[in-house]
Parts: sequence; C-alpha cells; structure tokens
Amino acid sequence: MGILFEDGNFALFRAGFLQTVGLSALSALLALLIGTLLAAFRVSPVPALRAFGTVWVNVFRNTPLTLLFFAVAFGLPRLDVHFSSFVFAVLALGLYTASFVCEVLRSGINTVPLGQAEAARSLGMNFGQTLGLIVLPQAARSVLGPMSSVFIALPRNSAVAGAFSVSELFSTQQTLTERGYNIFAIFFWLAAAYLFISTVVAVLFRLLENRLAVAR
Amino acid sequence: MSASTSTVLYDAPGPRARARYRAFGLLSVLGIAGLLWYAYDSLAGAGQFTAAMWDPFQYTAVQQRIVDGLLNTLTAFGLAAGFSLVLGALLAAGRLSDHRPVRAVATAIVQFFRAMPLLIMIFALYHSVFTTSPLWALVTGLTLYNGAVQAEIIRSGVNAVPRGQGEAAYALGMRKTQVLFTILVPQAVRSMLPTIIGQLVVTLKDTSLGFLITYTELLYAGKLIASNTSTPAGYPYIPVTIVMSVIYIGMCLALTALAKWIEARGRRGANRRTTVAA
Amino acid sequence: MRTRRTIAAAMSVVALTAVAACGKSGSPSDSAAGAGAPKLPTYQVKTDVKLDGSKAFAEAKKRGRLIIGAKSDQPFLGFEDLSAGSGASARSGFDIEIAKMVAADLGFGPDQIEWKTIVSANRENAISGGQIDYYVGTYTINPGRKAQVSFAGPYLVAGQDLLVSKDNKDITGPDSLKDKSVCTVTGSTSIQNIEKYGAKVTKYEAYSQCVDKLMTGEVDAVTTDDAILKGYAAKNPDKLKVVGKPFTQEPYGVGLAKDDSVLRNAIDDALKAHEDNGDWKKAYDATLGLSGAAAPAVPALDRY
Repeated sequence: MGILFEDGNFALFRAGFLQTVGLSALSALLALLIGTLLAAFRVSPVPALRAFGTVWVNVFRNTPLTLLFFAVAFGLPRLDVHFSSFVFAVLALGLYTASFVCEVLRSGINTVPLGQAEAARSLGMNFGQTLGLIVLPQAARSVLGPMSSVFIALPRNSAVAGAFSVSELFSTQQTLTERGYNIFAIFFWLAAAYLFISTVVAVLFRLLENRLAVAR
Repeated sequence: MSASTSTVLYDAPGPRARARYRAFGLLSVLGIAGLLWYAYDSLAGAGQFTAAMWDPFQYTAVQQRIVDGLLNTLTAFGLAAGFSLVLGALLAAGRLSDHRPVRAVATAIVQFFRAMPLLIMIFALYHSVFTTSPLWALVTGLTLYNGAVQAEIIRSGVNAVPRGQGEAAYALGMRKTQVLFTILVPQAVRSMLPTIIGQLVVTLKDTSLGFLITYTELLYAGKLIASNTSTPAGYPYIPVTIVMSVIYIGMCLALTALAKWIEARGRRGANRRTTVAA
Repeated sequence: MRTRRTIAAAMSVVALTAVAACGKSGSPSDSAAGAGAPKLPTYQVKTDVKLDGSKAFAEAKKRGRLIIGAKSDQPFLGFEDLSAGSGASARSGFDIEIAKMVAADLGFGPDQIEWKTIVSANRENAISGGQIDYYVGTYTINPGRKAQVSFAGPYLVAGQDLLVSKDNKDITGPDSLKDKSVCTVTGSTSIQNIEKYGAKVTKYEAYSQCVDKLMTGEVDAVTTDDAILKGYAAKNPDKLKVVGKPFTQEPYGVGLAKDDSVLRNAIDDALKAHEDNGDWKKAYDATLGLSGAAAPAVPALDRY
C-alpha cells in the first residue's frame, strides 16, 4: 500500500484525482444545462423541437461513451473545431450525460400534478413561465433520487477520458501499472479515490434533498 | 405519454399561437438543417465522404471482421447479462435479509461496485487475474458492476410490492425464502422489467470498453479498420464512427423496444386484473 | 411508439445489409512494388528441429503451429491488410519477416503461423501469460522489461525520432520541443524520453491516432522510433516527414518467456544465420527500405 508515497507517485495520483474531479464537475454543469434545455424541447409545443429532442436523446443514450469520445476527439477537428483533449472530454461526457439528465427531468415533469400547470396557465403564464417557474422547481424534488444516480455515474464514466489523452485516474492506473507496481496496491488507492468522490456526491444530494424537503 | 404532458403545459393553441408555433417550428427546422448541412459540408470538405474513406467497407474480409466483432460483443453481452442477473438476485436477497451481517456485507458489495469505474476494474482484472483472457476480464467486470445495479433495481421492486402481499403469504404459513422467491420477486421482476432491460442496454454499451484490453469486439474491429486504412485525407475515423454508431444504436433501440413492448403488455395485463390505479 | 419500433427495425436492417451486402474480395493494397522493386526473400523451412527443455516450443510442436505476437497497424513494419482476410498473406512488414525467418528455422512454414495482434501495453502480459510463443513488434530491450520477459536479438537498432508535417521548420530535434504538443502511445518508452524536453505529451492507443491528430494539426509532432515513423512518412510523403535526428537507441528484440533460455538461444541462432546469408538485408530493402531509408548496420546479438 505504500506505493503511493514513493518516487513522486503521489504527485501523479493527486494530479489524476484533480483531473477526474474537474472533468466530472465541468461535464456535470454542461450536462445539467443541455439536459434541461433538451427536456424543455421534449415537452415544448413546437413539434420540430420535440422531434429534435427525441432524436438527440435516443442517439446519445444508445451510443457507447467510448464511441462518442472517438466522434468528438477525431470528428470535431475535421470541422475545424480545435480544443484541448480535456475540453473534448468535457464535451463528450457532458453531451452523453445530458441525455440522461433530460430523461430524468422529463419523467419528473410528468409527476407534477396536472392542477399545478393548469393553475399557472389560468393565471396567464405562457409555456416558458409555466415550465420554469412552476413545474420544474416542483419536479426538482421528485427527480433528486434518479438525478443523484446520474451524477454518481458521471465520475465513473469519466474514466474513459483516460484513453483519450486526459491524465485522470485511469491514466494514473495505466502509468503506475506500466511502472510495474503491484496491481492490487494501485487498485486499492484508486478505489479509495472513487469511493470518496461518489460519497461526496451522494452526501451533497442528501443535503439538497433535506433542504428541499423543508421548503415544501 | 408526451401528448399528455404537452397538453398540460400549454393551452390548446388558438390561431395566433398556431401561427407562432409554425414560425418557431420553421425556424428550428431551418436551424437544425443548417447545422446538419454545416457538419456535412465541413466533413465533405475534409474529404470524409470520398470513395477512399468508405472503400474498406466493401471488402468481404473487412465485413467479416465487423461480423466477428459483433458476435464477440454479443458473446460478452450474453454472458455478462446472464451472470449479472443472477448476481443481482443474490445481492438483492442479501440486502433484504433479516440477518444484519448478511445485509451489511451485501450493502458493502453493492455500494463498492456501484462506485468503481468499470474501466478501472476491467483493467485491473486483466492485469492481475485474467491476464490471458480479455473476454473473462470484461465479463467479470461487467457482471460485478451491473450485478450491483440490478440488485438495487430488484430490491426497490420488492419494496414496491404492496405489503399485503407478503403479509398474506406469511399468514398462509409460508417461510421467509418462500415468500421472497415465490411471492415478492416474481412481482418485483414483473414491475421492474423495463428498468432491468434498461440496465441491460447499459451492459451492452459497456462491452465496448473491452477494446481497451484488446478484446476483439465491435469497436476494436472498427478501430483497426480505421487505423489500417491510410488515405490522403488521413484515417477514416469518421466513416468508421458513423458505421459503428448505427450498429450500436440499432442494437440498443431494439433492446429498448423490447422493454417498451413488455411494459405495454404488462400494463394491459394489470389493467385487466385490477381496476385500482397505482 | 409503433413508429419508434419501425425505426429500430429499419435501422438494424440497414446495419445488417451494410455488413452483409455486396463484397469485394482481395486486396486493394497499392503495392508500391513496381517492376524493379526489391522482392521479399523466401525462407527454407527446417525439418526435424528439436529443442529439449523449451516449454513454448514443445507446445507449439504439439498443436502444429506457432503463435506469434505482432503489431498490426504499423505500415512497412508490422501491418495487417484487413481487406485481404486474416490469413498469413495479410501480414507484412520488416518485423513480420523477422518473425517468419525465425519460424522457418524452428521448423514452421508461413502457413503454420498463427498471428496475434498485441498492443504495446499488453506485451508482457501476453508473453508471461503464455498467449503467444514469441513476440516480434518494435519491442525495445531494456532492463525493466528483462525482469519480466527475456529477449533474443537485437535484430535492429532504431532510435526515437520525430514525425512532423512537411512544412514544419520549427521542430528540428528534441531540443526545439519546449511547450510543443507531442503525441505518442500509451505503454511505450517514448513517453519518459520526451517529457524531459519540456514537451506537452498527448497519449492515445494507436500510432495512427497520433498521425491523424498530426494531420489535423492537433499536435505538432508524433514521437516514437524512427522505424515506425518512416513507415507513416512513406504512406503520406506529401504531408509528413521524419526529422531524422534520432536521440535514443532502441534495440529491438524478440520477446519470449522469461525462463525459456533454450528457445532464446535457438532464436538467436536463427537471426544470426539469416543475417549472414543476406535474408535480413533483402527483407529490409523490401519493407522499410521502400521508404527511402538505407539499411542500417546489422546489430551484434546480445546473448545472455
């Protein structure tokens, strides 16, 4: 277990850990933004937007993340879009997760009692106001559970970025394995890091849940 | 489903609103078409739609590779799906056990494997236990992770079965195991089947991680086709990505359609028997 | 929902027909070999070869074929032409020739070889796990690896070099790499060498991915052994060039199980014999030599 504190391994591990955290946090933000927009598309009165949302979600949810990384990392440069591999990874992860966020939000919208939206409309609110001010805030409570699984899955999924030139924890695992350290010792520290991250995400969601529960 | 929500969130459009929606619709169609055209045009400009880029797919030997890759993907998926359902049922039973130590162990296993990235597990398994068999490293990794997730799905399904069901079974003198496996689990599986199949879609997609430990599945075949076809405009990563995406999306949609079909059938059956809405 | 199901069905049909329909067979390979191009040598397959005490050899004899690990994505070095099927004829390159000449001296003809593609990061695993009998594929001999596997050879000394786009004048050698982005492959020795020069390192799973990144301008240079880079430069002579100042020495060896000294000596003998009778030079000229690089000196074997 002592391998972490030899030969600058700790610096490598810390750098990998921070990249994983940063990558997860940024793509979570992107996923939340795009996912909400997509959910709005999917319940909007404009058929073209609904169709767009449906196609988007079906394509991104059913494509393996690895393939999406290929598409982003090797496709976008062909469109003359040049970013660092970190930004590419944020895009791939964010777009992928957005489709899951969208589905969670949409099913959450369905759980808000009909009367709420009807009351909002009878007050003269339009679609945007009804969705943004009345329905989504209430949906937020019921979606916290499924949403937390989506965001606990995100740091796990971010490991794929290691195969696409982002020096996060999977890349740390590869490097340490190359250097010939014991596989189990490496795995122990990685497991600790990922458990820590997922626990923090779970606790954050628990706190959020408590707050929203009081507000009810 | 979307029809019912859409009527809730906005009024039935009058003539002005209809005109506005049409204008919006037209604008968004134009916008989307423009984006697609831009993507197509830049890709074509970068020589991605030249014959040379798509040429490899014409050869029977290359097609054979893709079919072999597909079969390997399906093998890994089949094994992992079967094992993960068994593991899931066992872990769910463990989590629902009356014995505290059993519950604690099952909970720990489920929480651990749900938090670990599949890729990290597969990589570690391949470099320690299954050094000669990427297939089994992949299947084991997939089983551990998806088994933990399936356990949670089955458990929440069991918890959602009305309490009266279990109580009635106990009243008939059934034992704990009997109640669990003859009364609760069948009903739980029935109600959770769409979610279970949804997780199987995840399992199918995750088999693609096998290419990183050189398991020759579909994505591996695709990567090899791309890297071994050199054209003046570079390597055909985009054509390969397009072909691979179509295959994966097709397979996943087929599985999802199955889940939808079962869900619809289940709902019909439930409605026949009970009139009480959940 | 009905429509969605139809779409799904239609998509799978499209996917299947795309795979099953109309197939050309044979190879499109633009055989650069013109009329006067050098020809590959053929190797006399020995009979009645006996190697007492070699586990890998005994097993190969029993199953009737050798299993050789190689690279599949390095043009002119270790390459597999996918459109030509998965048979022996699909493999080509200098490393493949070395593997074949050794196999011939062990008593196995080209049709008794089963090729297995093994990427850099998995080589030690594949050898020590017994997946392959020996490995020929840009495998640098170094003390770290000698602790896990053993090496026959070296049969070629390459050196780490840089592949840049043809019009690049900034990069003249490793010293001009400061803050440039340089691409290389996971699990190769190139990473540690290049980080010293202050380059920003990008890592992918295959060299072709790096070359693709170089052609789209995502990276400034690709670094690895000159032998590999020359193959890519020869494939894209209008766009890419090798800088030509190797800054390391990479002796390539044939990798095999750590404790199999009998097989190691036999492979060393085979290499020596083919180096002396001119097969080595002919094989080089017909593969890596096509890129215009003159054959380097044959390195002395390192028997241990």
